[in-house]
Amino acid sequence: MSKPTTNAGPFFPRDRNWHPQALSPNYKTSVLRSPQKALLSFGNTISETTGPVFGHNMLGELDHDLVLNYAKPGESALGERIIVHGHVMDEEAKPVPNALVEVWQANAGGRYRHKKDGYLAPLDPNFGGCGRVTTDENGYYAFRTIRPGPYPWPNGVNDWRPSHIHFSLFGSGFAQRLITQMYFEGDPHIPMCPIVRTINDPAAIEMLVAKLDMNHTVPMDARAYRFDIVLRGRRSTMFENRMEGN
Amino acid sequence: MTKLEYLKESPSQTAGPYVHIGCTPNFIGNAGIFKEDLGARMVNEQSKGQRITIKGRVFDGTGTPLKDALLEIWQADSEGLFNSPSETRGDADPNFTGWGRQPVNLETGEFCFETVKPGSVPFPDGRAQAPHINFWIVARGINIGLNTRMYFPEEEEANAADPVLSRIEHRVRVPTLIAKQSGDTYTFDIYIQGENETVFFDI
Ligand SMILES: [Fe+2]
Repeated sequence: MSKPTTNAGPFFPRDRNWHPQALSPNYKTSVLRSPQKALLSFGNTISETTGPVFGHNMLGELDHDLVLNYAKPGESALGERIIVHGHVMDEEAKPVPNALVEVWQANAGGRYRHKKDGYLAPLDPNFGGCGRVTTDENGYYAFRTIRPGPYPWPNGVNDWRPSHIHFSLFGSGFAQRLITQMYFEGDPHIPMCPIVRTINDPAAIEMLVAKLDMNHTVPMDARAYRFDIVLRGRRSTMFENRMEGN
Repeated sequence: MTKLEYLKESPSQTAGPYVHIGCTPNFIGNAGIFKEDLGARMVNEQSKGQRITIKGRVFDGTGTPLKDALLEIWQADSEGLFNSPSETRGDADPNFTGWGRQPVNLETGEFCFETVKPGSVPFPDGRAQAPHINFWIVARGINIGLNTRMYFPEEEEANAADPVLSRIEHRVRVPTLIAKQSGDTYTFDIYIQGENETVFFDI
């Protein structure tokens, strides 16, 4: 790929009160997996502002289609067929092109295709639960899947995850790296979930709730959900300190 | 009137225990969707520089290694150039990706990267940074990915002058970022909490 003239400036500082706190005692696993000492803050260096690029040509034909990408020929995954789509943008609402969007999820019954998942709901022989896309020049992405089921998990005695899709985002710099989860509008499990509630601000939680998008629904086929994602913005480098002699 | 209208970043959520399904499906035997797990290979036969292996584990607050963590690393090539569109100082080694992704072993908790030793890269003010590798760690129970760096023990002089290491107020914590060397193999153990808690970054 040719080198686009991307803004390679430092990222806006992360708002660590907007993100979940590392220690969230109601999400029990976080108790022993949260740093207790203060993080070391420093401005981005070139090690943080740069990142790899993922070309569209690395993608397989069905990488964005979870309904078909693990299915036997002529068959398809069980469940409510949906399209999930939206824009990846930065904090200045500028599109993030060539972002790598990787997703994984449970099947319609809430079971993951993973050797460590022992939930009694059955596997769907036609569903792998994994997909990826890269955003186009407008930061747009879309994939097709089935709506994942809610599932119980060992935390409280009776905790259930809302239906959700895990998202991994790779923008243009390593310090922009983000993993998050997408929820579905109207799911009553959202406000009960200890993992959702690691986020304090209701407006932040709202950013993770996809909206039913009837305009992009494919009639007689699949409903659409819209999910926009915001990655960190970058400062202009125009007034940055220059290296000596440059 | 001018209004400041910025969007907020999408908030992070844990990668959960099943991160492999999306990020390293072949590693857990979900073959046939992607040809190869992304980031599995950083080097090939033509990569320039000293080939090294980086191993380690990620420990929780009881000293138990995490069995479900996923790590990503990002580093310069042997000449100190990044294989990135935003690298403007020159062309990095095309046979070295600079980016690696590895899950820890599901039984032992050990991770392993085959890479090259990075060259030095500049700090924004022009000073040299000691050779280092950026790490990003996610797992169940980690609500927002942990950033840190690994440095090289044989680079004593460069480490002493490194602008990032110099910012660590409690000098007893500096060694948490310096790997242990045995030939071309480096061990970098990461402690999320406890007496030897690794220095994590807000970058
Ligand atoms: Fe999940």
